Amino acid sequence: MNKLTIFGICIVGFFIIIAIFAPIFAPYNPGQIDIENILTAPTSSHIFGTDSLGRDLFSRMVYGTRISLMVGFIAVGIASLIGIALGAIAGYYGNWVDGIIMRFIDIMLCFPTFFLILAVIALLEPSIINIMMIIGATSWMGMARLMRAEILSLKERDFIYAERAIGASDFRIITRHLIPNAMAPVLVSITLGIAGAILVESSLSFLGIGVQPPTPSWGNILSEGKAVMGAGWWMMLFPGMAIFITVLGYNLLGEGIRERLLKS
Amino acid sequence: MKLLKIDSLHKTFKKHKVSAVDGASFSIFKGEVLGLVGESGCGKTTLAKLILRLIDADKGSIFYKDKDLLKISHSDMRKTRKSLQIIFQDPYASLDPRMRIGEVIEEVYDIHKNVTGREKKNKAIELLETVGLGEVYLQRLSSELSGGERQRVGIARALATDPEFIICDEPVSSLDISIQAQILNLLIDLQKRKNLTYLFISHDLGVIGSICDRVMVMQSGKFVESGSCETIFRNPKHEYTKTLLKSALLS
Repeated sequence: MNKLTIFGICIVGFFIIIAIFAPIFAPYNPGQIDIENILTAPTSSHIFGTDSLGRDLFSRMVYGTRISLMVGFIAVGIASLIGIALGAIAGYYGNWVDGIIMRFIDIMLCFPTFFLILAVIALLEPSIINIMMIIGATSWMGMARLMRAEILSLKERDFIYAERAIGASDFRIITRHLIPNAMAPVLVSITLGIAGAILVESSLSFLGIGVQPPTPSWGNILSEGKAVMGAGWWMMLFPGMAIFITVLGYNLLGEGIRERLLKS
Repeated sequence: MKLLKIDSLHKTFKKHKVSAVDGASFSIFKGEVLGLVGESGCGKTTLAKLILRLIDADKGSIFYKDKDLLKISHSDMRKTRKSLQIIFQDPYASLDPRMRIGEVIEEVYDIHKNVTGREKKNKAIELLETVGLGEVYLQRLSSELSGGERQRVGIARALATDPEFIICDEPVSSLDISIQAQILNLLIDLQKRKNLTYLFISHDLGVIGSICDRVMVMQSGKFVESGSCETIFRNPKHEYTKTLLKSALLS
C-alpha cells in the first residue's frame, strides 16, 4: 500500500478516535466560562489556550471534532442513499425512467450548490440536522452518475441474466447483485464526499449560519477567532489546521482507494 | 409432445440496426436434444435469451405447453421460469464474483421459497454432488474455481429449480479441450436421467452430431435448414450448411 494512503488512514483514524472518546480527551467542560482567563495563550494547563470567554480551546476542539465529523458522515450518508438508489434505478430500468432521473440530475447540477444551501438555511433555521440534510440533498449527483454508469455495464453480464432466469425479482437483482458489485468506485466518491461535506459545514459555520454557538464546531471556533485575530492567533490556527489536516486525510484515503481499484 | 412452439420471433437491436433474430419458427419436443448451429454473431445467443424472456422480443409468440410466454403476466412468468433454465457460455461471467458457491445455489430456494433453512443446505450439497462437486465447494468463492468447476456450478444452479427444459448456450466452447468431454458427458447423463429437453447451441458440428437428435442451422438471424442430424450431415441442401460442414472436416 502507498505510504500516502497509510498516512491518510492514520489521520482519518486519529480524528475518529478523538470524536468517539471526546469526554476522555477533553480536560475541561467545553462550555465552562472562565472570565479570569480570557484569551490566554497556550500554556501547560490550557495547551491550545482559551477563547474570548475563557473556555478551554483544546476541549472545544475535541468536542468540535465530534460535531464536524458527524455532520460529514451523516450528510454523506444521506447523499449516498439518494445517489445509489437513484443511480441504480436509472441504470437498471433505462428508457424514460433513466431520462427523467438524468434530467433531474442535470437540473440539480445547474444550481450553485453553496448558494442554494445558504438560501435554504436562511429559510429554515440553522440547526445541525438541517445542515446535514441540506448538504446531503445537494451532493448526491456525482454518486448517482457513477452508480448508473457501473450498473449499465454490469446489467448486461451473464450472471444478471442468470438471476432473471432463476426468477429473481428486480429488487433482489438490484440490491443483492448489482449494487454490491458496483460499490467500489462509489466508495471513492463517498470518501472524497466526506472531505467536501466537512469543508461545507466549516464554511457555513464560519459565516455564522452553520452549527450555532455555544455548540462548538471547527467552523464556528474559527469564526469566533476571526473577531480576535490580532490578540489570539491560536483561535484561528488550531481549527484551521484541524480542517486542513482532516480534509487532506480523506482526500489521500480516497485517492488510495481509487489507485487500488485501477490496479485490480 | 410439443414442449415449446416458437412462431415468427423477431428481434432488432435499435442501436445497431441489426436484425439479430429474423422470423424464427420451430418446435421442441419433450425429451429431445435439439441442436442449433451457426457462426459467431448469427443470433444464437439472442434467440436463447428471447425464448426465456431475458430480453424482450419485438414480435412473435413462444408457447410453452399452452401458455404464450410473451403474453403472460410478470408474476406468472417468474413462476414459469422454474421450468425453463439456461446454462451460459462463459462460466467466468455467469457467476456473481462476490458470492460463495453455496449462496449461488441456495438463492434459488430463497427466491421460490419452497425449501426451508436446514434443508436448503442439504439440497445444495446434493446438487453439487450431482454435478460432480462436493460439500467442500459450499464455502468457496467463484474466483477460486477453474472454468470447468464454474460451469458445473452453473449447471447445478440451472438444475436447482428442477426444470423441464434447459438451453445450453455453447456450454463447453470456452473450456479446455480436456474438460469439454467431461462437461458434455455430464450434460448427456443428466438429460437421460432426468428426461430433460435441451436446446443445445454450438458452433462445433462434431459436438452437435454426437449428442443431438435434430439440428437447425442459423445464418444472420434466419434458419436456413433444419432436420435430423443424419440428413443434414449426409445431405446438406443449403450452401451455408455445406460450408460449415467443409470447415468442420478441415479442423
